[in-house]
Amino acid sequence: MRLYSLSYSEIEEFFYKLAEFKDVLKDNNLLTFTPELQKDIPEVSEGTVRVKHAFPIFQKGGVVMDVTNVEQAKIAEEAGATAVMVLDKLPYDVRKAGGVARMADPKIVEEVMNSITIPVMAKVRIGHYYEAKVLEALGVDMIDESEVLTPADEEHHINKWEFKVPFVNGARNLGEALRRITEGTSMIRTKGEPGTGNVSEAVKHMKLMNSEIKSLVFMEEEDRVKKAREYQVPYQLVELVAKLRRLPIVNFAAGGIATPADAALMMWLGSDGIFVGSGIFKSQDPLERAKAVVLATANWEYPEIVLEAQKMISEQKSMMGIDIKTLKPEELLQVRGL
Amino acid sequence: MKVGVIAYQGSFEEHALQLKRAFDALSIQGEIVAVKRPSELSQVDGIIIPGGESTTIGIVAQKLGVLDVLKEKISQGLPVMGTCAGSIMLAKEVTDAKVGKKSQPLLGVMDATVVRNYYGRQRESFEAVLDFSVIGGGKAKVVFIRAPAITKVWGRTKELLSFGESKVMVQEDNMLATTFHPELSGTTAVHEYFLSMIKK
Repeated sequence: MRLYSLSYSEIEEFFYKLAEFKDVLKDNNLLTFTPELQKDIPEVSEGTVRVKHAFPIFQKGGVVMDVTNVEQAKIAEEAGATAVMVLDKLPYDVRKAGGVARMADPKIVEEVMNSITIPVMAKVRIGHYYEAKVLEALGVDMIDESEVLTPADEEHHINKWEFKVPFVNGARNLGEALRRITEGTSMIRTKGEPGTGNVSEAVKHMKLMNSEIKSLVFMEEEDRVKKAREYQVPYQLVELVAKLRRLPIVNFAAGGIATPADAALMMWLGSDGIFVGSGIFKSQDPLERAKAVVLATANWEYPEIVLEAQKMISEQKSMMGIDIKTLKPEELLQVRGL
Repeated sequence: MKVGVIAYQGSFEEHALQLKRAFDALSIQGEIVAVKRPSELSQVDGIIIPGGESTTIGIVAQKLGVLDVLKEKISQGLPVMGTCAGSIMLAKEVTDAKVGKKSQPLLGVMDATVVRNYYGRQRESFEAVLDFSVIGGGKAKVVFIRAPAITKVWGRTKELLSFGESKVMVQEDNMLATTFHPELSGTTAVHEYFLSMIKK
């Protein structure tokens, strides 16, 4: 079990102090930019940053499963998923179908919300402020601004500070992750290469992020200033990461995870938890596989329990998967939204 | 003193850090143990069930044989603190505000009724300031995330704190349950109180 140097409330204090600083500048007419946070919040309040950053803490060690209907959502809940992600098509099918991939049908999302007790997430297109507003109005628990769908804005991501619902965003490296945090996301996941059943890209992204964080820790202050410029994020955020030796918010693995051993591998690399997209419901043994991935994720430190989980499934029933090298550059989803 | 934290899923790392701070505040030589298997339970003087998804924690704990051993230990007097999902695990009666009764593996040891997702979904989750003077603390900001509510207690279960119409912190002898998250707050008062329950 990892013990960090700062507690949750100290990390949140940091975000609030940054906002307060901006508010002071604004009060003195030195800043026209809208502050990201409200400094005077009533004693009881919903949708604050403290409340949004807290939601993913309770997903840690868990598995979020992609589902396309109520039946699959019930299987996910029964297997022990910590949340479900509702999509119109699984990433594998999005990849095959081509065309424009958009947010899921709100009627289906609502049906799922009414039939299970665990949190329900849904995806919106990168930069599609209004798909996100629609899902917020519907009341989903978390919004995934996802590269699996076709981006709606090639230049910008959604300004997530303006929402009461927390967001999760994909990242391939530390710079992308910190930019998303600066935009107000509450959770990061690796992008991997979705819908391939091939974990190699998720491994690459997680290892890159780890090594970038490590190099920040041992860097001179002036080089961290340079890094902040390179990443296009506030210097203070870079300092916080160096102090914590990890991202200041929850960080999951996603993209290509198909077996219990894949999940355990990502946990071993330092993920806080797992998203499984096509891996479960594109296999031929979804319930058993879902149970096995949950067991392996929660007990990744014990190879003998991961072995037990791996025995619960059959490799013959795993999704076929795609070799990343056979994908043309224009077929890669991970390069969307940098 | 050895205190275990059920470490499958949820806020177990946050509990561990808060516990360490509470040890320091009380100058206790304490050890924190991650509990995932029945054997790890035999070494602890107290146990924390963290926040998370109660269905996930229950399913995994049952599968690995921790649930039955833990239930027996608690009924023999092992001090336990359950926060949020942990309070759901402890309660004898559990329903969901929207979906109603669902069968899920639970401990069912505390004389209390807990309603899951009582306040609504994440959009309705909130932060609030609670006054911990009843357990010797001050005022502190806490978060309620898709929180349950303790709507009824009976027998030896006593209310320690309430918020609005429901109870948010209750105790039955060796069992302490909160529906908010002391592990995400800036105070160690609740953890210190739990450690005082272990000492007795």
